[in-house]
Amino acid sequence: MNTISNPLALVAELTHRCPLHCVYCSNPLELTARSREVSTASWARVLREAAELGVLQADFTGGEPLARPDLTEIIRAARAAGLYASMITSGLPLDEKRLEELVAAGLDHFQLSFQGAEEEAAREFSGTRTHAQKLRVAEWVKRHRIGFTLNFVIHRGNLHQLDDMIALTEKIAPGRVEFAHVQYYGWAFANRARLLPTRAQLDRSLEILKKAEERLRGRIKVEYVVPDYYAKYPKPCMGGWGRKVILVKPDGDVLPCHAANVLPGMTFENVANRSLRQIWEESDAFQKFRGVDWMPDLCRTCDRREQDFGGCRCQAFLLAHDASTTDPICSLSPQRGIVDAILRDVNAAAPGAIAPETTAPGAATPPAEWLYRPNPE
Amino acid sequence: MTPDPTKRPRLAPGCRLNEKSQPSRVLLMPERALRLNGPSLEIVERCDGNHTVQQIVADLQKLYSKAAPQKVEQDILGYLERLQEQRALDFE
Ligand code: SF4
Ligand code: SF4
Repeated sequence: MNTISNPLALVAELTHRCPLHCVYCSNPLELTARSREVSTASWARVLREAAELGVLQADFTGGEPLARPDLTEIIRAARAAGLYASMITSGLPLDEKRLEELVAAGLDHFQLSFQGAEEEAAREFSGTRTHAQKLRVAEWVKRHRIGFTLNFVIHRGNLHQLDDMIALTEKIAPGRVEFAHVQYYGWAFANRARLLPTRAQLDRSLEILKKAEERLRGRIKVEYVVPDYYAKYPKPCMGGWGRKVILVKPDGDVLPCHAANVLPGMTFENVANRSLRQIWEESDAFQKFRGVDWMPDLCRTCDRREQDFGGCRCQAFLLAHDASTTDPICSLSPQRGIVDAILRDVNAAAPGAIAPETTAPGAATPPAEWLYRPNPE
Repeated sequence: MTPDPTKRPRLAPGCRLNEKSQPSRVLLMPERALRLNGPSLEIVERCDGNHTVQQIVADLQKLYSKAAPQKVEQDILGYLERLQEQRALDFE
């Protein structure tokens, strides 16, 4: 029996438009055009439906949520529905006045993403000059009494700047900082060979982060996400399929996780046709991998099944080409060899070195160039 | 770090209680939410920058007069400390 819990967070991907072109963007390779985006009024309804379903927090993301001129209204609608309103932004298309409007509309939490500790690195990975603007935005946010998190996306190419990122964090002094290792979906999967850190880099980074966490305790809350390729067990993706999080795409499709549209044979329902409750409780997409019934024997009989839920379905598909198999990250999986082979390749190259240009195909071959994410129409 | 009894705890920026009208009360904070029951709600409702830690302790000792006052105090100090580690409180 699969009992259905209610979701606690709604991830609202408001748009895929974004002035940045990050090489690790989690958006799908096929981006949604502006003309297909959900309207303001429909978002307001979706937010009410989410609150009725038991959702506590709305996380506005994208693309760049500021690319929606109606963001202020959407945030107001979230608060009117009784939700906590949080947004993550590159800070690029923002000025002081717009920030004031967002705060007045009830924005609870502002997450500012950083691509590096200084301009040059940030430009390489995001394909845009943004760093100076981010520092200005940080200063404006600090003038308001709202939650403030810095979000550093870290990977092989910028891990050596970790100390500088921490120093920058201390200077800005937000309530919270997240160091998130890139997760390999979307654009990051395509660029993985150049993003995955070596074991030595990872160990060193964890040491630095643990120290920072200790030192800043009670002042700045330090959180970090490690790349699960190095883990023994997989992560409980989204806290379990259809358990805690519901995600609405820019065009209104409702998904259990941001990468689920890579899975073949899945159809997703749209907020235009059914209520969030119906979709959450009844739709095939949410039922498909909910609970333990769908699991392969290996997971169904494992003590950790309620801890990691057999890992990530999208990762199982991306790595082992089978969405209903044990996540190959798991050391108990017969397919762990796939992950080990990727790690061997990464660790064989000299630390930080970028392998020479090559035309040979293969997942572990570093692409000659970064694959930058474009901006949809 | 045990909170100073003369300080006034106040919910940190980005942390707030959900509306009174909602069926269960929660402390909402960046990327997480904490369900509050009887005593924890009584404590958090007083973290408004007006009550000192001492006053909160005295209030709850009155409310929960059947419990040992020592124990009530310890529980409150421990709870406030945990909230501060979560960066849910400022002490003013
Ligand atoms: S391109 Fe960068 S900033 Fe834009 S949505 Fe993707 S990760 Fe975020
Ligand atoms: S076998 Fe399945 S349930 Fe057990 S640890 Fe591995 S992924 Fe998790």
